[in-house]
Amino acid sequence: MSMPLVRSLTVIMLLIGFLWGSTAISTARSQEAAKSPVAQQRLGIGQTPTEELIKAWNIDIAPDGANLPNGAGSVAQGQKIFADTCAACHGEHGTEGPMERLVGGRGTLDTKKPIMTVGSYWPYATTLYDYIHRAMPLNNPQSLSADQVYAVTAYILSMNKIIPDDAVLDRNSLPAVKMPNRDGFEQTEAPRGADCMTNCTPLDPQK
Amino acid sequence: MTKGRNGTATDRHRRQFLKTAALGGVALGGAGFLAAKAPAAEGTEAFPLIPPSMLVQGKPVASPPYGVPSEFEKHVVRLANNRTPTPFSSWSFTPLQDLHGPITPNGLFYERNHNGVPTINPDDHRILIHGLVDRPLIFSMDDLMRLPSISRIYFLECSGNSSSEFTKPSTDIRWSHGLLSCAEWTGVPLAALLQEAGISSEGKWILAEGADAAAMTRSIPVEKAMDDALIAFAQNGERLRPEQGYPVRLLLPGYEGNMSVKWLRRLKVGKEPFMTREETSKYTGLLPDGHASQFNFVMEAKSVITRPAAGGTINGGPGLIQISGLAWSGSGKVRQVDVTVDGGRSWQPAALDVPILPKALTRFSMPWRRDGSPAIIASRVTDESGYVQPTREALLAARGPQFHYHYNAIAPWKIDASGKVTNVYAAGA
Repeated sequence: MSMPLVRSLTVIMLLIGFLWGSTAISTARSQEAAKSPVAQQRLGIGQTPTEELIKAWNIDIAPDGANLPNGAGSVAQGQKIFADTCAACHGEHGTEGPMERLVGGRGTLDTKKPIMTVGSYWPYATTLYDYIHRAMPLNNPQSLSADQVYAVTAYILSMNKIIPDDAVLDRNSLPAVKMPNRDGFEQTEAPRGADCMTNCTPLDPQK
Repeated sequence: MTKGRNGTATDRHRRQFLKTAALGGVALGGAGFLAAKAPAAEGTEAFPLIPPSMLVQGKPVASPPYGVPSEFEKHVVRLANNRTPTPFSSWSFTPLQDLHGPITPNGLFYERNHNGVPTINPDDHRILIHGLVDRPLIFSMDDLMRLPSISRIYFLECSGNSSSEFTKPSTDIRWSHGLLSCAEWTGVPLAALLQEAGISSEGKWILAEGADAAAMTRSIPVEKAMDDALIAFAQNGERLRPEQGYPVRLLLPGYEGNMSVKWLRRLKVGKEPFMTREETSKYTGLLPDGHASQFNFVMEAKSVITRPAAGGTINGGPGLIQISGLAWSGSGKVRQVDVTVDGGRSWQPAALDVPILPKALTRFSMPWRRDGSPAIIASRVTDESGYVQPTREALLAARGPQFHYHYNAIAPWKIDASGKVTNVYAAGA
């Protein structure tokens, strides 16, 4: 086959592919507003990821427990892991620091010295699994197995007296844990100032 | 250049210099005269009569290949927060008091990292879009570079900028306001990538995840993602700095800084917010009644005088000085900035530098003839929505002292007779 013929065939095939593709897409998106000039047709950039890749990357845990892995961990197992892996930064009882206080503070949020911890402030127990798995310990993130993350989560929740000392957490029991401050969040408007130009109230609190 | 009858260009320059130097030495009466110093006027500091820079050749081009500031500007650096328990989850402040115009140089852009600055080879980096989409897609950096990109100027402000001002007002503008910077960002509109993947009608929130050791995550409303969000790979004309998300970051104009997830690696479309640690236990504001305000995305309008500023001194005694500062709003453009030099009793509109861009820093200025007596100066911004920057009193009344984030109150600086500038609210001011 001569080169010009190959080239023309390629052009024709590309054109057919393009026309077919753009028709299919514009049908599928007939209800979408066209916000950008490229909205009407596929750009054709980017690859289709493998299922295996998506599975390996898809680590976030939703409040309803979706995506929680198999495995289980008990409060007792968590106590040992916490002592070895977490206590150096969070303190033996999760209260001493120097990093984030994890335990206590219930009933203090509306006082002048609120203590915001997993027990007093966090609205979802699933967030604990998500965060420990992705980011803890700070010097060795993503080093804990699913069983270990369930166990440490269980221990922290038990120290906060949210689950009993003999509890075991897994993909079914963890999302069922109701956190004390579950309903403590809302959306608020930011306060606004006034555009006074003369004879205004002074800013200095001493005057 | 070619080497001709008279030798190389460099040779010629050298000979010419030696000849000039010899003539100069004779004509001006020797090295002693060249080293002479004299004041420009009676009672002022002496400086070289003939500057040495005119008598010797300077450095050749590309010294160094990547240019750095003058050696006399070495004090203009970011200030690292040394009060956090670890330098890996910490922040550094932009030296606003030393900067000019609205753009922050890349090396002075504030940092907030949640577990250090990662080293990422762009060849090994990918962005995955999945979840409630018609077609999951994965993009290499080369893929991203093939897509249509745009450049826009936007500020970034940490949600916790000025958090000191709620309870322990700072003596220094770097601590009180330095988690604020502004740059021109170049990138691909996130809407283009999302359209390519095709968001399901059920998809309302997008989880953005970083490739750092915190695997930083935030939930982004789909409306924002489709509006003006960028997948940014360059900042002020060059590829992002590592501490700003190299090779690629999310950029959400006007939203609290940590939502613009750095080192972006994954976007997952879902029905509900993902309730990550950084949007539940952190970046939520505790109100006096014990409830907390969540999803406070937009950084409200705010302004601050950066020169003169708390922690500094007005040199040179009374007389004319230019009051200069920055104003911005996460809701759009700055409409007006008013300045007071009498502690807030009266205000006058300041001049605004152009262009005034939405969700970008706007520099304002006002000349002030200071008589040398103690004074309190401050600025107050109104944005194009009509929102007026509140006083600290109004902010604390609404938010209480434990809110921690989104402090945007008017910042009054007190200037004493010696020219020393302090924060009115700081202890001992």
